[in-house]
Amino acid sequence: MKKLIITLLLMLPFVVIASEGGIELDDADIDLTDNASLQRGAKSYVTYCLGCHSAKHIRYLRMAYDFDIEEDTVLNEIAPEGAGIYDAMHSAMNAHDAEKWFGINPPDLSLIARSRGADWLYTYLRTFYIDKSKVLGINNALHKDVGMPNPFWQLQGLQQPVFRNISGHETLTMVKMSEPGTMTTEEFNKLVNDLVNFLVYVGEPHQLERQRIGKYVLFYILLFIAIAYFLKKEYWKDIHK
Amino acid sequence: MKSDYLADCGNWVLKRFPLAKLWNDHMAHYYAPKNFNFWYFFGSLALLVLVNQIVTGILLTMNYKPDAKLAFDSVEYIMRDVNWGWLIRYMHSTGASAFFIVIYLHMFRGIMYGSFKKPRELIWIFGMLIYVCLMAESFMGYLLPWGQMSFWGAQVIISLFSAIPIVGDELALWIRGDYVISDATLNRFFAFHVIAIPLILIMLVFLHLVALHEVGSNNPDGVEIKESKDPYGVPVDGIPFHPYYTVKDIVGVGVFLFFFATVIFYMPEMGGFFLEPDNFIPADPLATPEHIVPLWYFTPFYAILRAVPDKFAGVIAMGGAIFVLFLLPWLDRGGVKSIRYRGGIYKKALALFVISFIALGYLGTQPVTPTATIFTRIFTAIYFGFFLLMPLYTRWEKTKYVPRRLTKQPTLEERIPDLIKTFDEVTVKKPVQTKEGATVLKRRPDPAGMAKVGKRFVKKLKDSLD
Repeated sequence: MKKLIITLLLMLPFVVIASEGGIELDDADIDLTDNASLQRGAKSYVTYCLGCHSAKHIRYLRMAYDFDIEEDTVLNEIAPEGAGIYDAMHSAMNAHDAEKWFGINPPDLSLIARSRGADWLYTYLRTFYIDKSKVLGINNALHKDVGMPNPFWQLQGLQQPVFRNISGHETLTMVKMSEPGTMTTEEFNKLVNDLVNFLVYVGEPHQLERQRIGKYVLFYILLFIAIAYFLKKEYWKDIHK
Repeated sequence: MKSDYLADCGNWVLKRFPLAKLWNDHMAHYYAPKNFNFWYFFGSLALLVLVNQIVTGILLTMNYKPDAKLAFDSVEYIMRDVNWGWLIRYMHSTGASAFFIVIYLHMFRGIMYGSFKKPRELIWIFGMLIYVCLMAESFMGYLLPWGQMSFWGAQVIISLFSAIPIVGDELALWIRGDYVISDATLNRFFAFHVIAIPLILIMLVFLHLVALHEVGSNNPDGVEIKESKDPYGVPVDGIPFHPYYTVKDIVGVGVFLFFFATVIFYMPEMGGFFLEPDNFIPADPLATPEHIVPLWYFTPFYAILRAVPDKFAGVIAMGGAIFVLFLLPWLDRGGVKSIRYRGGIYKKALALFVISFIALGYLGTQPVTPTATIFTRIFTAIYFGFFLLMPLYTRWEKTKYVPRRLTKQPTLEERIPDLIKTFDEVTVKKPVQTKEGATVLKRRPDPAGMAKVGKRFVKKLKDSLD
């Protein structure tokens, strides 16, 4: 009986974790100290995403602070025409039109990196493929039946899906380039990586500051523990006899 | 002259308010057993976390907006635009999980050393009421960020009330104030979270402490120190709470804060366990998330709920899993308090209970599959078995002799030489070539030594279970 219970307990982790089909996530290279990458990512966001997706929780001024650049540089090189330094990243498209055109209001992307994760975004943005059965003629390997077109189709080119038969089901395992775009794969991966890096930053602009302060806090607490420990030892001398 | 003036002021107060008496009764002349170990830190830590939650909570309400249209954005406003808002919010969200970690360890201590047994039944009951309040508090607080998980978690849990026959649907409607979770629900949950429940919580904590100080603390030996007193009426094995345990608890506070700060500054989401990824998406009544998972501290009970095929029976089982804890002082018929002098059956039963509680917690986070359901049912049976069979196995089992006075156990510091010896055993010094070509001795893990230590540990574990 005892053995049975132990065996069952040991088996638990293997049976409960169900294996998922589909494609694997690629690793995004996230470095929030890389200001140049963040700036390129912000620029790409404004160029390719902001038309539909707002990022209303970040202000242009915040970026100037965090990327350590002039406010004018942000306005001239990153922000869209007409945006002010105190503005948040709002999209020009209004919700009513969006619903009419796409059937859904494109979500705000301020927190997308926190809900989806960097690797998911990095993979998602690179795995659009041709699917004639869809209205937009495009589908995504990671986010099936997604409602948006591939914003980078000119840069990336067009991709075809590769299906494999896995235990009786036709499963999409990867996408293959069929018609190259204006960028090489390396250039394109770098562009997407910068963009994801920017989205991770936008998800929590204070995260570098948080990690920087953390060191001092932990050091102080260690000091506090040491003093408290010797104080306790001094008081307890007469108890432990 | 000045000091006389100060003393006069002090005496003025003391003549009108029993400050000195209160201090002496509850701190300086309150005698606690001198053998408290690691497990006795969690009571004072729970108090610390409670204060943390109240202070950070008050600061959060200054910028939070309990309105379905504004709530989600106001939390992000706190995270980004309020000075130090991110720190306060993370202290509150991490504090919520820390509260449950501390409370679960505190409760486990009570079960392990029989702190719920006569004459401390009321302390246990007050403690359980605190635990129930805490669950209500965290459940309602979790709706406030108005994310997807906030919304759907509340939707699922409140819909459980509709499983109650006859009045169920009306009751759920009454709780929500609407047919779905809505602005009305958010507003009333805000009111309960910031005023109603904290008031009850603080009152219960007060009662918990008053009851504790009336009978005095239990200890790892389960020996009543008040039974051996010196001629002055002071327990011989007791030491004044202040300064001995105040200085000791401060060390515990430091160590706790170290872990607490590590989470706040380096892993505030704790891999999705403290802040769930789906909760960074604003609540959308039209889009149900794929997996609706409650926060980790509810998952054992959520697993029990899902283990029962019938919805109403599941609700009963879930409620029963908490209610049965209230009955613990009367379910246990054993003659000794501490696990040190209990028989083997109780030790094994407790070990199985801990395993099943953790396993249920894990299963509660996983999607439902037929295999997972079978396991959940087995662990649910063990969970209830621990409590419901307790009157039988605690009465039969053969207990050990309980000493009249406290025993001496090695302290953490005294164990350090042994730990160093064990470390020597599992590692071996090997010559290694450095880049510069010099040969240095470096420690490497030693499989033979590890096997030996492992075997010894298993044997010791087996012996300790008898």
